Amino acid sequence: MANLEIDFRGIKSPNPFWLASAPPANSAYQVQKAFEQGWGGAVWKTIGAPVLNVCNRYGTIDYKGQKIIGLNNVELISDRPIDLNLKEIAEVKRNFPNHAVVVSVMVESKKEVWQETIKRAEETGCDGFELNFGCPHGMSERGMGSAMGQVPEYTCMVTEWVMEAATKPVIVKLTPNITDIVQPARAAVRGGATAISLINTINSIMGVDLDTFELRPNVGGKGGHGGYAGPAVKPIALHLLSAVASDPEVQKAGLAISGMGGIETWQDAVEFMLLGSTSVQVCTAVMHWGFRIVEDMIEGMSNWMDDKGFKSCNDFIGKSLPRISNFGDFDLGFQSVAKINHDKCIQCNLCFIACNDAAHQCIDLKDAKITKEANERLWPVVREVDCVGCALCSTVCPVDDCITMVQIDTGRPHTTWNEIMKSKPEVTQDWQKMEEYRKTANIHVH
Amino acid sequence: MTLEERFQEVYPPLEEREAVTEANRCLYCYDAPCMVACPTHIDIPTFIRKISTGNVKGSARTILESNLMGATCSRVCPVQELCEGACVLEHDHKPIMIGRLQRYAMDYAAERGIKFFEKGKSNGLKIAVVGGGPAGLSCAGELVKLGFDVTVYEKKKWANGLSTYGIVVFREPVEVALAEAKMIEDMGVEIKTNVTIGKDITLDELVEQNDAVFVSVGLGNVPDMGVPGENLPGVLDGLDFIEETKVQNLDSIKFGNRICVIGAGNTAIDCATIARRLGSERVNIIYRRSEAEMPAYHFEYEFALREGVSFMFLTLPVEVVGNGKVEGLKCVRMDLGEPDASGRRSPIAIPGSEFVIPCDMVIKAIGQKKQTPMMEALSKYGVKDIKGYIAVDFTTNRTVHPKIFAGGDCIRSHGEASTVMAVQDGKIAAKAIYRQLVGEQEDKSEHAKSGCCKEVAGTHAH
Ligand SMILES: Cc1cc2nc3c(=O)[nH]c(=O)nc-3n(C[C@H](O)[C@H](O)[C@H](O)COP(=O)(O)OP(=O)(O)OC[C@H]3O[C@@H](n4cnc5c(N)ncnc54)[C@H](O)[C@@H]3O)c2cc1C
Ligand SMILES: Cc1cc2nc3c(=O)[nH]c(=O)nc-3n(C[C@H](O)[C@H](O)[C@H](O)COP(=O)(O)O)c2cc1C
Ligand code: SF4
Ligand code: SF4
Ligand code: SF4
Repeated sequence: MANLEIDFRGIKSPNPFWLASAPPANSAYQVQKAFEQGWGGAVWKTIGAPVLNVCNRYGTIDYKGQKIIGLNNVELISDRPIDLNLKEIAEVKRNFPNHAVVVSVMVESKKEVWQETIKRAEETGCDGFELNFGCPHGMSERGMGSAMGQVPEYTCMVTEWVMEAATKPVIVKLTPNITDIVQPARAAVRGGATAISLINTINSIMGVDLDTFELRPNVGGKGGHGGYAGPAVKPIALHLLSAVASDPEVQKAGLAISGMGGIETWQDAVEFMLLGSTSVQVCTAVMHWGFRIVEDMIEGMSNWMDDKGFKSCNDFIGKSLPRISNFGDFDLGFQSVAKINHDKCIQCNLCFIACNDAAHQCIDLKDAKITKEANERLWPVVREVDCVGCALCSTVCPVDDCITMVQIDTGRPHTTWNEIMKSKPEVTQDWQKMEEYRKTANIHVH
Repeated sequence: MTLEERFQEVYPPLEEREAVTEANRCLYCYDAPCMVACPTHIDIPTFIRKISTGNVKGSARTILESNLMGATCSRVCPVQELCEGACVLEHDHKPIMIGRLQRYAMDYAAERGIKFFEKGKSNGLKIAVVGGGPAGLSCAGELVKLGFDVTVYEKKKWANGLSTYGIVVFREPVEVALAEAKMIEDMGVEIKTNVTIGKDITLDELVEQNDAVFVSVGLGNVPDMGVPGENLPGVLDGLDFIEETKVQNLDSIKFGNRICVIGAGNTAIDCATIARRLGSERVNIIYRRSEAEMPAYHFEYEFALREGVSFMFLTLPVEVVGNGKVEGLKCVRMDLGEPDASGRRSPIAIPGSEFVIPCDMVIKAIGQKKQTPMMEALSKYGVKDIKGYIAVDFTTNRTVHPKIFAGGDCIRSHGEASTVMAVQDGKIAAKAIYRQLVGEQEDKSEHAKSGCCKEVAGTHAH
């Protein structure tokens, strides 16, 4: 069986699965129960300044019968006294010396307060810190959380304060509520951080009640922006992760990355790790299903590694990063066309209407006897010469492997937009020239 | 449809997309009622979730950890009465297809030849298992995991008891039953076939030479009806009839054109539906009580009706008529009287109502004989019987003799006999044998481990 142990820049963990700093990691009872069931580590629910919570702090999105594909919250950091949290953190670390226990911290922007809190937290025996520069609600109004994380200078400054005081690894947790995530990531590098984690929750309004016109969640008649998480945010998290992980400055500094945002299964976790994350953190999925999901996460990842011949996580962490590229470097010569397997086609004709209304009108409905069982209904048939290879039809087809996009050889030269810009800048400036170029390159539009 | 096609499994396997879609419908209940209702307590929500995440190998492991006969059970269990009947989605809409999802995971592992368990570190203790059916194989498999040296003695040519010889092929192909037995062998159990205990080796020898003996001989063939004409050619034992369809070429099987099947349990249904699928024109099930008292499961009854089987209730066979071969079955009509000892209203013959059903074959399916010679051999050890079934303590499946344990159909003096119950019997006995021979010591540590979490919960809950 594959070895799932990780070394996260000095923080050791029996497997990459950590609880994110959030309600599931709120107390010794919970974290110990999670460790019992297999979780490799936990980032304790953020400790810091005194806070008060409101009721109806969670709002959720269900999608076509599936519950909670997204969850938002207007919850604050831990509302339990800091002394109690520190006592329990020490207790957990004592009971589970081989598990990763990371303390998430957020305090007001004063050097003494940060350094004092970090020193007190270190006395618990914890393995490291995570600096919460991400909370988008409640704390930001008080000048903490994302109010810090959205200003790279502040991020850098606080990171430096903490690095002065800390003897353990320090993770800077980034907010996604910013135009370019690479900026605060570089600020963390400049501040001397050991690692980065992302993403915290995304600003969101969950919805409006059509009967009462109230916002959801409804806090006594009022509502507002809250932090969005859960399966629905995964693609955004993957993008931000890959942007940070492939940034040369982050790479050069050798920072470890802990990824999160919508992880629910071992498959999600593998994707994050292929894009450069060494550990993964989970909140919403645990809020939905409980700690027990980790058994399948561990086993599923381990079985997958065995199948692929990976002995340890390092064998695959970041393996997909080199494939990340920019539009300007994509091959314009690559062409595929849609092929419908009529033995599989159930004649729902969704491909036809999608191509006809939204793509390039190159699927026809024909009453051909395409198969032995041909019935009265018309069959979708691709006019391959006209197909632009957009792939819409294959994505709407409800049958597995029925419409496949097949690469064809058109004799087009391999070229990229960047190359054209260099060699034939006029093509990129003038439609007339563009038309001419297309003819020579055998690229048709209609 | 060709004969072969008619003897394919009734339900086709689930395709990947179907399985994943169905798995995603499962709510992943906590402390799930489906799991409680499964006699072997398979962690159903977990194995289903693993199908939904594509961890099908892990799913198969979860199933086999609780039930080594998971492949057979996924096909033959009365799921409507067990797991699926308890599913929380049963109340307002359709329960999850637990059985078919289980089969999906079992097939996945079998097709890829994945091996999950091996022999534990040997503890030098020897166990003999008498009878290689589901109960015996389950017990043997659990014991070998714990490090015992286990030998299974099976009188037939092939192992896995009624799964191999008694379950109709369109419920379970022979290959599935044999592969299951092979899996147990691969774990390190020695299976000696063509060995009858009581003939080739005595029970005494086994008790003497082993540290414990697990008796799982099942039941015997169909008993006599005690009516005239019973010995005419054309009167068949239902179990033999089913066995032929499992071990012979389908087109070499003789079947009648008009068949009377006597009895209305699941065996009768199996015989009747096989006969229809082989090509019999008319198949009548003859039962002396009414539809309400019929022991066959309701879904089996419906299946038989769909297969074109006719039912004659409140009809008692009194004689097989014929000259040198079966020509008809003489029956008498019945009325329902007062409830009898079984709580069912007892049938009373209506005088003068005799009539003859013309037929060319009669199949007896009125139950199974007790294993009397085995019972006699056991009684020497003080082992008692209950109506011919071996008496055991149900928490350990131990007989009064400390070395002798028993399980499966041969102890099922009340309640439904089924494969999954036999599997659980094997597990219970294996655990008790381990406790008795290896001791509580190690067992305790195992308990402490799983109990630890609860302790934490107790001290820290707020
Ligand atoms: C026709 C029929 C259909 C059934 N359908 C279903 C169904 O759909 N679902 C379900 O759950 N259950 C069904 N059952 C019941 C199920 O098959 C049994 O409950 C189950 O097989 C019991 O397992 P067992 O190990 O106790 O006995 P068996 O399966 O009977 O195995 C006992 C084994 O012991 C061997 N043996 C006996 N005596 C000796 C000896 N002296 N020495 C050596 N070996 C010996 C036998 O050859 C046999 O292999 C059906 C039963 C029948 C008869
Ligand atoms: C209810 C709730 C409370 C949270 N509280 C915190 C917190 O105190 N500190 C923090 O750094 N992140 C907090 N988060 C963010 C999570 O740690 C995590 O970054 C985010 O939920 C994305 O992961 P997920 O999709 O697995 O939920 C919270 C999230 C939720 C849903
Ligand atoms: S969408 Fe797929 S199944 Fe439906 S008509 Fe098109 S090819 Fe056939
Ligand atoms: S790939 Fe796009 S253009 Fe081609 S047939 Fe499909 S939908 Fe139409
Ligand atoms: S009871 Fe039904 S829904 Fe709940 S876990 Fe079991 S199969 Fe799934």
